[in-house]
Amino acid sequence: MSATISRLPFKPQPSVIPGFGITLGLTLFWLTLIVLIPLVSLFLKSASLGWPSFWEIITAPRVLLALRLSFSTSFIAAAVNGIFGLLVAWVLVRYEFPGRRLVDALIDIPFALPTAIAGIALTTLWAQSGWLGALVAPLGIEVAFKPLGIVIALIFVGLPFVVRTVQPVLQDFNKEVEEAAESLGARPWQIFFNVILPSIMPAALAGFALAFARALGEYGSVIFIAGNLPMVSEIAPLLIVIKLEEFSYPEATAIAAAMLVISFILLLIINALQRWAERRERRR
Amino acid sequence: MAGLAFTARPRKPGANGKPGQRVTQAVLIGIAVLFLGIFIVLPLAIVFSMALSQGWAAYVDALVEPDAISAIKLTLLTAAITVPANMIFGLLAAWAITKFEFRGKSFLITLIDLPFSVSPVISGLVFVLLFGLQGWFGPWLQEHDLKVVFAVPGIVLATMFVTFPFVARELIPIMQEQGTEEEEAAFTLGASGWQTFWRVTLPNVKWALLYGVLLCNARAMGEFGAVSVVSGHIRGHTNTMPLHVEILYNEYNFVAAFAVASLLALLAIVTLILKSVLEWKLARDRKQPIVHTA
Amino acid sequence: MRIEVVGVSRQFGEFKALKDVSLTIQSGELVALLGPSGSGKTTLLRVIAGLDWADAGDIKFDGVSASTRSVGERHVGFVFQHYALFRHMTVFDNVAFGLRVRPRKERYSNAEIEARVNELLQLVQIDWLADRMPAQLSGGQRQRVALARALAIEPRVLLLDEPFGALDAKVRKELRRWLRRLHEQLGMTSVFVTHDQEEALELADRVVVMNKGRIEQIDTPGQLYDNPSTPFVSRFLGDSNELDCHVAAGSVLLPGLDTSALPRVSVPNGPAKLYARPHDIAISAAEDGEACVRFISAVGANIRIEAELPDGRVVELTRTREEQAEDPVAVGARVGLRLYRAQVYPAG
Repeated sequence: MSATISRLPFKPQPSVIPGFGITLGLTLFWLTLIVLIPLVSLFLKSASLGWPSFWEIITAPRVLLALRLSFSTSFIAAAVNGIFGLLVAWVLVRYEFPGRRLVDALIDIPFALPTAIAGIALTTLWAQSGWLGALVAPLGIEVAFKPLGIVIALIFVGLPFVVRTVQPVLQDFNKEVEEAAESLGARPWQIFFNVILPSIMPAALAGFALAFARALGEYGSVIFIAGNLPMVSEIAPLLIVIKLEEFSYPEATAIAAAMLVISFILLLIINALQRWAERRERRR
Repeated sequence: MAGLAFTARPRKPGANGKPGQRVTQAVLIGIAVLFLGIFIVLPLAIVFSMALSQGWAAYVDALVEPDAISAIKLTLLTAAITVPANMIFGLLAAWAITKFEFRGKSFLITLIDLPFSVSPVISGLVFVLLFGLQGWFGPWLQEHDLKVVFAVPGIVLATMFVTFPFVARELIPIMQEQGTEEEEAAFTLGASGWQTFWRVTLPNVKWALLYGVLLCNARAMGEFGAVSVVSGHIRGHTNTMPLHVEILYNEYNFVAAFAVASLLALLAIVTLILKSVLEWKLARDRKQPIVHTA
Repeated sequence: MRIEVVGVSRQFGEFKALKDVSLTIQSGELVALLGPSGSGKTTLLRVIAGLDWADAGDIKFDGVSASTRSVGERHVGFVFQHYALFRHMTVFDNVAFGLRVRPRKERYSNAEIEARVNELLQLVQIDWLADRMPAQLSGGQRQRVALARALAIEPRVLLLDEPFGALDAKVRKELRRWLRRLHEQLGMTSVFVTHDQEEALELADRVVVMNKGRIEQIDTPGQLYDNPSTPFVSRFLGDSNELDCHVAAGSVLLPGLDTSALPRVSVPNGPAKLYARPHDIAISAAEDGEACVRFISAVGANIRIEAELPDGRVVELTRTREEQAEDPVAVGARVGLRLYRAQVYPAG
């Protein structure tokens, strides 16, 4: 009897602290109700379609193009954030300059600002007559209502991720290692690329993956600036909404399930990257 | 000589001196500030600029208009339900996870974090699938004349889903770090479980809790995608502030749209200011007491 | 209060922290649990307190089983290794905590609580720190707060987990003396855990030496030092030379060492292990001596000498400065070594 109990998950080591049963029980109950049942229902619903029709839906040209657009714009935005995020983190950690604390606080704006607000603000800013749109228009660059606009919006929403993952690692970076390299005659750029960059790489990659995952699912900030032309500037989350509004539930469900699977795979990769980063941290 | 403003004081002795490095620093700081200016400051600035572009009167009119008022009310109501619910859940989950050792713990943490990695649109869609007309509980709900989707309960549920992890994930690391010794000490002194929670555990995590609540609230009030899918956009009934902004914007009523948007932008700014204050307090809570020599 | 530990075992997963441990602590005694890390001493202390429990066996307070009583009902004062002070409360509130959480009908009035807390703060000599927060205190001061807090509930027994572990050497000595006096003043049954033998030997009435979840020996400090009963205790307590030897008919054979002064040992014939303290070996200059001086350190009250036996093994011994003045030996000199006292155990 006790052997079977001990094999169950969530069985605690006994403790003098009370409340294990009730707190874990309520946690699981609430989690099941709010998160698990809804997510499972999505998979059950799409499974009820059967594999052939599921496959047919997600390989329709309009869906494939939407997915391709979502992936490519998310990737470009995350890459831009990767490079500039590193740079911003470096500047914030290494240099002292007037207004540094303010700049540091500003990084979190994309986390705090509702996405729809970001969407209309960016659209107004980058429209042909907008503050920035008018600046680049003479160069023949159109941003709003083009895929480039999507990238801009996704850069905005993903901006904090890389900065916030790299910052603490850079902060804890052991200066002695750097000084050792300096004493061995390494030049500043050699120190950066051979000593510092390798040790902040896992954190930067994790930040990149987080920004990428966030961008894939993003909706509010993109739909205003994207133009939303079918087959051209229509992202996958928008397609789900459109299918819903047309009452094509099976199609909406199938696309959502496919995207969810992709996000879960990304989540696994992010977790692995973060564990890797932590292990490297501890080894130092 | 505007560049002088950004002449860097290196924090580490040894990196200064060489003029070449100073230039590098100034250039890097310049690029970072320019990047953040374009992507963060300007979007924020244009919200307020547009909102006030036709003067204060037009601004105030947009905010006191009945549909705007009802959107503000619904947003406050949604936050008033979801934030306390998530606060209680966060405390329960953090207690179970940090005060006990059990198998499956890291899996449980992953499950709690799950809503972070789900697209807002999908977060709304799942509730349509459950409670919509063609959903599992749809027919039953219709028979009993209950409305979840395209009604307030759906908005609350979707918001709850999206903000689910916020409080728990702020509490778990700090409670893990603080360990269980203080609770054990309280028990040896004869305190009950409740007394220990209220007098020892809760005061120790109050800033982290507030921090989580703050972020949870900002997200609850600002959530767009998930709420948009379940709301049905019924003006004056199921419109939250972000949805109201969208409608006004699509009607080319830019001043009104940005006026309502400016309230949410203010909320974001206030949240960040409070967050900075809390981070400072939190750093103090986290710091292990330093052992001086007597 | 008398504490009895009866056949207690405790297992964490595969790791057996306590293996059938039995022990009686008399009322008013000050007892040290001494052992290396992982020996089970802290687990035993926590089981006595009720913070952990036995998989088998029982804890009795004055003959009454405590196993059904929760930690709060046992009325033990527990001082944690890292003090576990409530970080958001002042020193005063920390000490008052145990009095304030009592059920209403047993609770003192606020005035009484205040008087009692002040009395305790005076007892531990930190009444002037009452309004400070724990983070503003030194390690030694925190230790005193933790003690006052534990004493506030009028415990029947005081349990201390590595009470001096986190302090630096000087404060450690001072607090040790102070705790000894406090114990004499209060007369409360007290048990403390330590890995520092000096602390245990100096402070405790009796010392319980633990190793790998078992009790090796329970004795007064003097007995423990002079008559260790197991090889572990011989090795663990004080400095000892560990030497392989042979036993034949109760006498010890060790080439290069004169063992004729040793009493007969009750160890079977054959290979054996011998433990000898450095001050139990006498050295004298001798032209025909079998041993040779390799190293001399003349720092401190005693002279420390390393001598090499014919087979190359090195023995460490001490002699007084007077002895060295009367019969000087120098590095490289031939010497005779004579053993006066040793512990001998069968090999293996």
